[in-house]
This record gives sequence, C-alpha cells and structure tokens, in this order.
Amino acid sequence: MRLEVDIASKTFKSAAGEQHDVIAGVAFTLDAGEVGVLVGPSGCGKSTMLRILAGLDHDFQGRVSRPAGARIGFVFQEPRLLPWRSVEENVRLVAPLANEAKLSALFEILELKAHRNHFPGELSLGLARRVALARAFAIEPEFLILDEPLASLDVALAARLRDEIAMLIGGRSVITLLVTHDVDDAVRLGDRLFLLSPRPARVLAELPIRTPRSKRGDAEIAAITLDIMRRINGAPAERDAS
Amino acid sequence: MPRLLSFAVLLATWWIGSLFAGDAKLPPPPTVLTVMIAEARSGDLFFHLGLTLARVTLAFTLAMSLGAAIGYLMGRVRLADRLGDPWLILLLNLPALVVIVLAYIWAGLTEVAAIAAIAINKLPTAVVTLREGARALEAALDEMATVFALPRWKKFRHVILPQLSPYIAAAARSGLSLVWKIVLVAELLGRPNGVGFEIGVAFQLFDIPLLLAYSLSFAAVVLLIETLLVQPFEARLSRWRPRAA
Repeated sequence: MRLEVDIASKTFKSAAGEQHDVIAGVAFTLDAGEVGVLVGPSGCGKSTMLRILAGLDHDFQGRVSRPAGARIGFVFQEPRLLPWRSVEENVRLVAPLANEAKLSALFEILELKAHRNHFPGELSLGLARRVALARAFAIEPEFLILDEPLASLDVALAARLRDEIAMLIGGRSVITLLVTHDVDDAVRLGDRLFLLSPRPARVLAELPIRTPRSKRGDAEIAAITLDIMRRINGAPAERDAS
Repeated sequence: MPRLLSFAVLLATWWIGSLFAGDAKLPPPPTVLTVMIAEARSGDLFFHLGLTLARVTLAFTLAMSLGAAIGYLMGRVRLADRLGDPWLILLLNLPALVVIVLAYIWAGLTEVAAIAAIAINKLPTAVVTLREGARALEAALDEMATVFALPRWKKFRHVILPQLSPYIAAAARSGLSLVWKIVLVAELLGRPNGVGFEIGVAFQLFDIPLLLAYSLSFAAVVLLIETLLVQPFEARLSRWRPRAA
C-alpha cells in the first residue's frame, strides 16, 4: 500500500476575485507503516493539502493516488465532533464494526474512560482532540491524517498526547501523514520529514530519520531539530512553543 | 407553583371584570363552567374538540412534512431556491381568509378543502424556517462525514437532522399556533362541526357562556398539548447543550 502525491499547483479565488497560489509543487510518496510529516510555517497551505489528499478537494493540478477504497482516519485541527452525540456515540458512529474490547483499549490509552458518556461541549480542547483521535483510530484506518493534533495544548499535555499518538501508530501498518509547524514534534513522531516553504508551498527538503521512534534519544532529536532550524532559517531559532 | 398562581390571578381578574361588565357581557367563571360541564355531559364538547384536533393534526403533519422537504431542498439547491422563491413570497403574503374561501369555492365545502386550506396557510412559514436551517448546515461536519464515509442515511440521521432540529422545533412551534388560529376560521366558514362551528353558533345566538366554554376548552387543549408534547420534545432535542440559554 502506498500513497503517491504529485500536486503541481493549487490556486483559489478569494471573495474579492483575486487569484491566490496555495501550492506550487509538492511531490512525495509514503508507504504503509511510515509516518510522513509536513513541516511548514502557519498558513503555508498545509491544511489545503490535507483536504486534497483526503479527497475533499478535487480542484487542483496534479495527481494523488491513494490505495483504492482506503479507510481514511482524519483528525482535523478543530476536533469536528458531533456536539449532540456523546463521546462514545461519536466514535461508534463512524466505526460500527469496532468491538467493545478495541474501544476500551482505545479509550484507555487516550485517557477517555471517564468521559464516554459526556457530550463534546463538556470537554476541554485536549480531551476533544483525544476523542477525535479515538474516532480516527477506531476505524482501523489505512491512511491516517493528523492536522496539527498538538496545537494549542500546553507543553506537558502536548508531550503526553504525542506519546499516546506514537503508541497508537506504533502497532499498526498505516500510512500516516502528520502536519505540524512544530519541528520538535515532527522529529519525535516522523520517519520522513518534508520541509515546506512559505505560501505557495513547495517541498524545500526531504529528511529521512532512520532511527526507530522509540530509540531516538534527546541528543539525537536536538541535533536533527537544530539541523532543520538551520535549513529553514539559516540560523538556529527559538523553539516555537505554542 | 408560579404557574398556578398566575392562573389564579387570571381567574380573579376575570371574576372581578364580570362584576363590572355585568353578567350579560362577561359571565363569571361558575356560569361558564356550568355550560362546559353540560356540554361535556352531552358529549358535544368532546365531539367538536375531537374533530378540530383531528383537523389540526392532519393539516399540521401535512404542512410540516411537505414544508420541511421543500425548505431543505431550497436551502441546499440553488436552482430550487430561485424557482421556489416567487411562489413562497406569494404564499407567505396571501391572507388566510383568501386561501380558505378559494379552497371552499374550488373544492366545495368538504373536509379535504378545509384541511388543504389550513395546511397551505402553514406551509410557507415551515419552508422559510427550514430553508434557513439548511443554509446554516456546518460544512466542517459535512466534510467529516465524507472523509469517514458515513452512509447517506446515517449522515442524515446523526449529522444533518440534529442541526436542523432547532429549526424544525421553531417551525413546529410557530406553525402549531398558526394552525390553532386558522382551523377555527375554516370551521366557521364551511364545516358543520368543530369548535369553530360551535363558536359561530354561539356568536349568532349571542350566547357568551357557550362561546367562552368552547374557547376556553380549546385553549386548555392547546395548553395541554404544548406542555405534554411540544415542550418535552424541545427539551429532549437540546439536552446535549451544556447549559440552555
């Protein structure tokens, strides 16, 4: 199973009628079991790209080939839960085949056990994200898309959720595409990083990380992060702690 | 408790009012109650109330289902909106009386004409409300349903319908009050039974106790349906909201 992406260009017209270039050449491939990370500044067109890859946007120049009929698990930037359905119903609705044991395991890992019967409006952003993650993993996706899953969470919470995501991805043979503007997250989770330019997005560099996720030490992570920072900015920069 | 108190105040005002206006113009509550009991004993009250209620139910159901379907279509499909809009504006501004009279002329003084006329009066408001609801549907949730490949029916039931439900409730609420009012006019003009017919009789005989007996029984039925059916339904629909405003 393989994802092949070759987007030559994507433009859209603003309400005022002006033409904007969002993507100006992004090509890569990902195999099952690989985690690709699109790293780029905010507003560089990452979310647009994800919409194209998920088949929500067909208006672009180029080609995207997904495994035919692949189940897609999408964790949107805003969790996009159904506010009128409980946490459990939100998950079960998209994954009618998931059995109780699997759901329990998911809820256990994502620390949602106590929240099964809550409505999304009663949850914090961190919890709502976890529900969105549970929903995406419950369908046993063949293609998993994570759009800034750690944005707007405090550092400790983000780190915990990152470990949970790593654990969930670890046991599965799934094509994973993660989008983030946080280089540290990218280095900790990714197998192959694609550095994107500011809008319109191009791939500036492709960096494979050969050490398995669980074996990456802090020193190695710091070194790779520094290398990426240098490539992006020409000089080491402060870590973007948002 | 406050409800009961408020009801008692209403009753007291009525009683005091009847003392000033005189029995002939505004009979006191006991007089009306006596008539009500007599009408109930003879079975007339329930007969007429039942018929009116049946007409309301039929016309309301017809107008709501048709109006919801048309409104949804007009909110989702631009061409349907363009085509339907002039008709909608015409129907919205057509006086109820015109519709009822025309229906009776064209279809005769029949049950079908009465129910159709009532339904046609309610239809456009249902269409307008549901059209707004369909326009306000969340694109983000639509995309979510598409990505996760929710089957059509599931998507309608769990994603679309809950978003429309406040609009459906609003249309039902305003529509019901409209139907309550119009059904009596339709009965007065062209039916040989029903609360509207009885009120017409009372009017011709200047029988104010009879008139009040029927109007108040009718009001009681409306109130009962509102508290026992409409309000619990609305409460159930909004139970997911963290705190109702």
